[in-house]
Amino acid sequence: MAKITFDGIEVEVPDGTTILNAARKIGGGVVPPAMCYYTPLKGSGGKCRACLVKVSAGSAKDPRPMPKLVASCVTPVQDGMVVENTTNPQVLDVRKGIVEMLLINHPLDCPVCDQAGECDLQNFAFEHGVSTTRYEEERRTFDKIDIGPLIQLHMTRCILCYRCVYTANQITDNRVHGVLGRGDAAEIGTYIENVIDNDFSGNVIDVCPVGALTDKTFRFKSRVWFTKPVNAHRNCSHEKCNGHVTLWYKGADVLRVTARKDEYGEVKEWICNECRFDKKETSDWTIEGPAQIERSSVISANHYELPVINPQVIADMPESVVRELEQNPPLKLGGFNG
Amino acid sequence: MGRKLLTEHINVAGIDTFDVYRQHGGYRSVEKALKMTPDEVVEEVKKSGLRGRGGAGFPTGMKWSFLAKPEGVPRYLVCNADESEPGTFKDRQLMSKLPHLLIEGMITSSYALGANTSYIYIRGELLYVLRILEKAIAEAYAKGYLGKNILGSGYDLDLHVHPGGGAYICGEETALLESLEGKRGNPRNKPPFPAVQGLYARPTVVNNVESICAVVPIVNDGGDEYAKIGVGKSTGTKLISACGHLNKPGIYEIELGVPVEEFIYSDEYCGGIWKGRDLKAVVAGGSSVPILPKDLILKTAAGENRLMTYESLSDGGFVTGTMLGSGGFIAMDETTCIVRNTWNFSRFYHHESCGQCSPCREGTGWMEKVLHRLEYGHGSMHDIDLLVSVAKQIEGNTICPLGEAAAWPVAAAVRHFRHEFEWHVTNPKEATAPGAAYRGAAVLA
Repeated sequence: MAKITFDGIEVEVPDGTTILNAARKIGGGVVPPAMCYYTPLKGSGGKCRACLVKVSAGSAKDPRPMPKLVASCVTPVQDGMVVENTTNPQVLDVRKGIVEMLLINHPLDCPVCDQAGECDLQNFAFEHGVSTTRYEEERRTFDKIDIGPLIQLHMTRCILCYRCVYTANQITDNRVHGVLGRGDAAEIGTYIENVIDNDFSGNVIDVCPVGALTDKTFRFKSRVWFTKPVNAHRNCSHEKCNGHVTLWYKGADVLRVTARKDEYGEVKEWICNECRFDKKETSDWTIEGPAQIERSSVISANHYELPVINPQVIADMPESVVRELEQNPPLKLGGFNG
Repeated sequence: MGRKLLTEHINVAGIDTFDVYRQHGGYRSVEKALKMTPDEVVEEVKKSGLRGRGGAGFPTGMKWSFLAKPEGVPRYLVCNADESEPGTFKDRQLMSKLPHLLIEGMITSSYALGANTSYIYIRGELLYVLRILEKAIAEAYAKGYLGKNILGSGYDLDLHVHPGGGAYICGEETALLESLEGKRGNPRNKPPFPAVQGLYARPTVVNNVESICAVVPIVNDGGDEYAKIGVGKSTGTKLISACGHLNKPGIYEIELGVPVEEFIYSDEYCGGIWKGRDLKAVVAGGSSVPILPKDLILKTAAGENRLMTYESLSDGGFVTGTMLGSGGFIAMDETTCIVRNTWNFSRFYHHESCGQCSPCREGTGWMEKVLHRLEYGHGSMHDIDLLVSVAKQIEGNTICPLGEAAAWPVAAAVRHFRHEFEWHVTNPKEATAPGAAYRGAAVLA
């Protein structure tokens, strides 16, 4: 076990834990943002530089500060390490610079982007960036590449986090896409237009932090904040898929199916393409209940909180009405018979 | 004339063949080293004070002693021959003329590190050098200096040459290892460092061609003897590839400690600035080190003579100093436009950024565009500050040192030649005329 001090808060974590995961153990506002790191994907991280932190004491044995800011997602903790994140002005300043760098060639087409509302880059820019730009040049764009009937690749929005590459490497049977080219001409591609076609390919949509990889079956159907996430499961015949998903309802219709994600947007269980793309009827699923969405998210702006009834009001109600309320909370999800 | 430890016999006819090289004292260090223990060889290198010749100047002996040595796990020595820094062309010459010197150094160094397989990762464009090396390696195998049981000592070594795909980034040691493993040449996150997990996740040492060649005279004459050459912590000889507006550009093996003024102006070395012109600026160690105006490259801010040593060149930090770097010495005369030159460097780094981490991927392109704007007379005063700010946002925040390499030259050019940038803004017509260059006085930082 190693004990570290993160923004003045002490936390004890097993040896080999990264600084970022130690911070996540503390939780809340001190957690550095992560645009490329993805816990379920081995080897991810270190690329976007959004999670840079200052290590003001390397370890108990060697308390010298590290000369440069380090990427907290790939740097393991040492016993006695002292880390500064939100308490260090240099870190906040650099983070502002990273937002700027990520945005200078981003199309900022959020109004027509399916990812808007659940976009890591939106959140990151909103929390850490500035509202103006110093970039006057033309933005970099890419031609659209067709990678099959299910997934839309919109390379212009990509921030090259490499998550989809790791996903294809580690989750699917064969990876047909990768990073081509170099520098700011680097792009995700399948080299000599190839269709991404395997049972787990849809997971690249879930891991994409921006709108570069989106679900063609959900394209332009609805803004995500008009849909309601509901956890559900089914007996999936695919051996590697548990069938634990989140359904996104608009009215009585299932508009899309995604894997379940935790509070850091990381997929808990990978799901197969059959669950994701083919099962869009309520009757295909056993509904478990509303999915947890962070209160700060725009998605939770208008639903799911059961109306809070003033205890004084309840006390004045007849007992039968109270029992009725308890058994049938006054929330109906779009009229399915679950 | 200084002593030449590496290039003494470089012009002997047929020195690239085993027999001629042997006649001139070649492979003595292998015979000597094999009679010593590996640790004794490492100790000699430590005593010599040899510093990495690839650019960073990290003590080679110390790097070797950091190599993890777990039981039953192979270790590797990789020679970084991916020389592609603009202005640096010393390794190419060394390898193409003296292939056996590198092979001898590889054998001696591999023995010291306990590596039984070693690699030379050579830049893809140098295909003809690769053929020279392969021919020399075949000769060394035939003579029993490579392969199983070298000279009956029981030590085995296989040496492979691997060509890169021609990306500058593969000169960064971890990107080099990725490329050698057959992957895309993206630098790795550190830690783990190559000394612990390098090639194929095994302990690995990556050394520059010149560093490995320097091991040969160190073992032959002893580390103490080598350390006598040079000044202070800059010991031994260094190859300087001098280019630009010089009367005699070329590769010079100098004893570290030669004054910069002597190196530029004496007939023994570069012979002064061509066409009788005045020197304007020097990039002393390859395109990524800060550019210095004439007054600061000849004398330090404190008024002392600047010497060709690691310490003297970096005297004053980046405010008034630079770095010895890889020894790519670029001299520019008074007709040079610093803005255009900086734009050109920036264009190179934009083209060579691997695109893995965001500050470098986006920032190098941004800097290039702003510099292009300035050079062609469309810039504003605000752009000059923008350049400094972008350079600062890249520097230190990237995975590998390419970010710094891209940011330093831009920041230094603005630092020392701000008046030239301003001149481009205020006099766009004059500044964009073909061959135009600011001829006014330089402003010292």
